[in-house]
Amino acid sequence: MTEPVLQVKNLKVYYYVEAGAVKAVDDVSFDLDFGVKMGLVGESGSGKSTMALALMRMIRPPGKIESGQMILDGMDLVKLSEEKMRQIRLRKLAMIPQGAMNALNPVMRIDRQLVDGMLDHGVVMSKEEREARVGQLLEMVDLAPKVAKMYPHELSGGMQQRVTVAQSISMEPDVIIADEPTSALDVVIQRQVMDTINRLQQRLGLSIILIGHDMGLMAQSVDRLAVMYAGKMMEIGETRAMFRSPLHPYTRLLIESLPVLENKGVFSGIPGITPSLLNPPEGCVFHTRCPKAWDLCREKIPEFAEVQPGRWVACHLHTA
Amino acid sequence: MRIPPSYVLKRIGFLVAVLFTAATINFLIPKLAPRDPVQELINQRIASGGLTSEGAAEFRDSLRTLYGLDKPLWQQYLTYIWNTMRFDLGYSIVDYPQRVSTIIGQTVFWTLGFVFTSTILAFLLGTVVGALVGWSKTSKWFSWLMPPLAMFSAIPGFILALVLIYYLAFKAQLFPLRGGYSATIDKDWSNPQFLLDVLHHALLPGLSMLLVSLGGWALGMRSMMVTVEGQDYITFAEAKGLRGSRIFFRYALRNTLLPQVTSLAMQLGLIVSGATLVESIFSYPGIGNRLGGAIRALDYPLIYGIVFFLIVGIALATLIVDLIYPFLDPRISYSGG
Repeated sequence: MTEPVLQVKNLKVYYYVEAGAVKAVDDVSFDLDFGVKMGLVGESGSGKSTMALALMRMIRPPGKIESGQMILDGMDLVKLSEEKMRQIRLRKLAMIPQGAMNALNPVMRIDRQLVDGMLDHGVVMSKEEREARVGQLLEMVDLAPKVAKMYPHELSGGMQQRVTVAQSISMEPDVIIADEPTSALDVVIQRQVMDTINRLQQRLGLSIILIGHDMGLMAQSVDRLAVMYAGKMMEIGETRAMFRSPLHPYTRLLIESLPVLENKGVFSGIPGITPSLLNPPEGCVFHTRCPKAWDLCREKIPEFAEVQPGRWVACHLHTA
Repeated sequence: MRIPPSYVLKRIGFLVAVLFTAATINFLIPKLAPRDPVQELINQRIASGGLTSEGAAEFRDSLRTLYGLDKPLWQQYLTYIWNTMRFDLGYSIVDYPQRVSTIIGQTVFWTLGFVFTSTILAFLLGTVVGALVGWSKTSKWFSWLMPPLAMFSAIPGFILALVLIYYLAFKAQLFPLRGGYSATIDKDWSNPQFLLDVLHHALLPGLSMLLVSLGGWALGMRSMMVTVEGQDYITFAEAKGLRGSRIFFRYALRNTLLPQVTSLAMQLGLIVSGATLVESIFSYPGIGNRLGGAIRALDYPLIYGIVFFLIVGIALATLIVDLIYPFLDPRISYSGG
């Protein structure tokens, strides 16, 4: 078996507020293999966006990476100096941002924004080479060459998101973290942008972490699925297997909450709300909403364990 | 980017409308004062013995005729508008037979010299300080600069000027107390000695203008910097692994400068009038001090002339901002509005 491209081990990201430490990401571990597309899903406040920022090492005070390791290409990102980390960004680890509408500098033409990232990573290009590279990048994301000379406000949301995709592949990184890249777009554009990302992933052999809350979108587009809840990893596994037989009750509820056309007008959600990350419940964080909770769940934090090859779950039903 | 002629015409039309309205208000307001400048001038002449009471009536009538003050108000107004349109600002009452345009010409450069310099300096320093304080990745020591700057910006310029005069000019005798140049030196612009003397006189008024406006620039810049830092494009710029300096200058500063430059242009339009009180305190031979004197003596033509000059300055500054703004911010186009 090959080494995974990215290994996250026991990562903890806390936000220190007056009332105490908010455990936004608490003891999360996972591996990302080469060329694999992994979905990271969870409700709002489950820590998935914090996870993305942590991987980029862009957690701002009062937040802090408390402990853990993030190993990319043999380097522990947690320990890198700020300047070393800057050099990693875009070159090895790139991000597609959430709100494409505001992710581009409003006063700079697209070509200059695409180029400056490369320039700051030591790429030396003549004027012709720059133009050629910009043209190539735009073509890869299905944008017309004339977009190069345009300003962000002259582009639609979908086009802007394509520009950020072009930006993220400009240094051909190993891993791309896409933080809800399509959440601000309508379903048609969403589809097109996802197709572009999928095609590029295959063409360039990228590994992608796709963050989102749309289980339907995930089912269609990712190889592996990771489910987060209240800062903790609940379950990781191959997407098909997860949908066929979810092990964690939370995963099951998430899948069951997808609307089904035959049951028009019937919505099944997950009752209750996410717990406070400041004072998470004792034992399993999900026991307050879990239909299958029993005594042990209220007392002991379940271990995140590999129950089948490549299938990890944190639930006493499967590990106790 | 090309500026469409229709846009320029529209802006110029707007400018003319502003000038006309402002000139009308300018005409009416001094007329509300229940005083007679000609009579006051004559009383002064009589008191100083330069005029007998017999000659006074005749002199008054001839002055009134000369300035058209014997005519009804609407006729005075039409004459005023007609003359102003031809940029014929007439003669000063108090300093007869000096032309108003000559007086403006003599005084405006004194004001421009120190106010322009202190405004530009305040803008540059304040913007830099505000940007450094507002940006979270700079040293926290910069934030120590804010309280004193905020304090200075809260003190009115004329009070600060008095304090500066008292301590630096009167007590420490580092600077002259008043005026634009020493009376003991020949007014000769080619003489370096004279230039140094002018600079020495301009430092204190300039400093009071600088200190007062510095805080405003810095505070404004800081808050804009804080806002910009929270924008998604700054986060994305960082995720792109850009160098800190590029993010600071090209992404943050470039975006915060837009409103800052607008304020600068407006400030430059107000440059002459902004210094009126400071100039009065320093008895500086500038246009603001002259305007103060003209208002006290109700020297109609001089008030009209100087104020009209100021209005033209502000209107032109506005026009320039309107024309250059689309170059600074691509989101603004000439077509709308």
